[in-house]
Amino acid sequence: MAADPLDDYIDAVSKALALPVEDAWKPAVKANLEVSLRLARLVDEFSLPDETEPASVFAA
Amino acid sequence: MTAGIDGLSAAEIASAVSGRKLSALAVTEAALARIAKHDPILNSFTDVTADRARAKARSVDAAIAAGKNAGPLAGVPFAVKNLFDVQGLPTRAGSKINRDLKPSPRDATLIERIEAAGAVLVGALNMGEYAYDFTGENVHDGPSRNPHDVTRMTGGSSGGSGGAVGGNLVPLALGSDTNGSIRVPSSFCGIFGLKPTYGRLSRARSFPFVFSFDHLGPFARNVGDLALAYDAMQGPDAEDAACTTRPAEPVMPLLTQDIGALRIAIAGGYFQKNVFPEAIEAVARVAKALGTTRIVEIPEAARARAAAYVITTSEGASLHLDRLRQRPNDFDPAVRDRLLAGAMIPAPLVDRAQKFRRWYRAQVIELFKSVDVIIAPATPCVAPKLGQTTFVLDGVELPVRANIGIHTQPISFIGLPVAAVPVPLEPMPIGVQIIAAPWREDIALRVAYALERAGVVSAPPPRGI
Repeated sequence: MAADPLDDYIDAVSKALALPVEDAWKPAVKANLEVSLRLARLVDEFSLPDETEPASVFAA
Repeated sequence: MTAGIDGLSAAEIASAVSGRKLSALAVTEAALARIAKHDPILNSFTDVTADRARAKARSVDAAIAAGKNAGPLAGVPFAVKNLFDVQGLPTRAGSKINRDLKPSPRDATLIERIEAAGAVLVGALNMGEYAYDFTGENVHDGPSRNPHDVTRMTGGSSGGSGGAVGGNLVPLALGSDTNGSIRVPSSFCGIFGLKPTYGRLSRARSFPFVFSFDHLGPFARNVGDLALAYDAMQGPDAEDAACTTRPAEPVMPLLTQDIGALRIAIAGGYFQKNVFPEAIEAVARVAKALGTTRIVEIPEAARARAAAYVITTSEGASLHLDRLRQRPNDFDPAVRDRLLAGAMIPAPLVDRAQKFRRWYRAQVIELFKSVDVIIAPATPCVAPKLGQTTFVLDGVELPVRANIGIHTQPISFIGLPVAAVPVPLEPMPIGVQIIAAPWREDIALRVAYALERAGVVSAPPPRGI
């Protein structure tokens, strides 16, 4: 069975961010990440005009 | 001696204390006695600030004896979720890690303001770790327990706030709401809660979770007390970058205004899915009392909830990144694993969620041109059992944690003001959201007040203690 690319992604990002993700935690981290990415796709697939600005608060 | 004090509302206490019929000290002692008696079961308090409370009560009594006005909340005991800075306590925010912080040098702005109105802080309250929670459970401090059935959740993350007010230990409490953490415990514990407009109340000197969505607000057992507390805390504060510069807009003088001219509708579509019969019943009772059958659709609410979820997990991870690196084993494992996953969300997806947020806000503002109030469930169900991880809805098994806040998240996502009102169903109460346009807390509270006057919503006496 081919390795799940999400497992590789978790390993790569945890190394890049110096996050200590122990093997025992990985299934739960992966399950959470899958939910987040599924929900993020819902937003990602919704087309917005290029001019749309984010809602974050900033005042110069 | 305390028998005549225990059931008093905040307004009744303030009136009696100001009128020298009761001393603030006697009221404080009665609250401390209730906490000592019932909190070993409810577990809503993590700190009881008895010495501080007695000193404050004595100062209120002294002010009144000297003929001074002690304020609209004179002698009223209150408590705060333990993410508020309380002078002399480390702000634990439900965590093990934060217990190592130095004691706070100064109270949170909202504590300073509500104490300036005469209220008496009696302690800090249990909460879900770092507010990333809808259950009110806490692995370090134990779960807060529902005052109507102590085998059930209080709801989170302001679980201790819900339990302390629902259990009648204090007439007022403060909490925070990022995705539903005021409205969910209000619903499960059968009390009133106000999540104001984003930016309305200062968050200065409270421990954050998600800058984009964090709100603070009050809990109470009736609408008048909720409004009293809210009015005492309003006003700009340069120490919170998101706090409004609008002047205070007191709601107390407006509560009794007629609501007959308000255009009121029920949230349809998304808000009528994934709900248990008790939530449908609660919304139906409120709608009937308000004489409305009109349904409005809040556009793209499911996507709004999704975007709120993504921003929450990403900003939460950013906040805790160093702690995740240095002390991962000191987190609640469930919170840690959610935050670790949040750190792995690609940045463009978060940016798109913030862009969607602006789009969605514009749509909802447009909707409010044709409606003044939208009613929706506060939670899909009454309080689940402590430790319960799934429930079955329409034959489908669903995770509890992920679904408790599905009806609150699309609303706080764009900072709309909401009064959560309790429908006293048997055996467990459940809440309904009264949602208004930004900066119209007055409208949400007027409708809540009318519902209370009509006998449709009320905080039931604690049934489980």
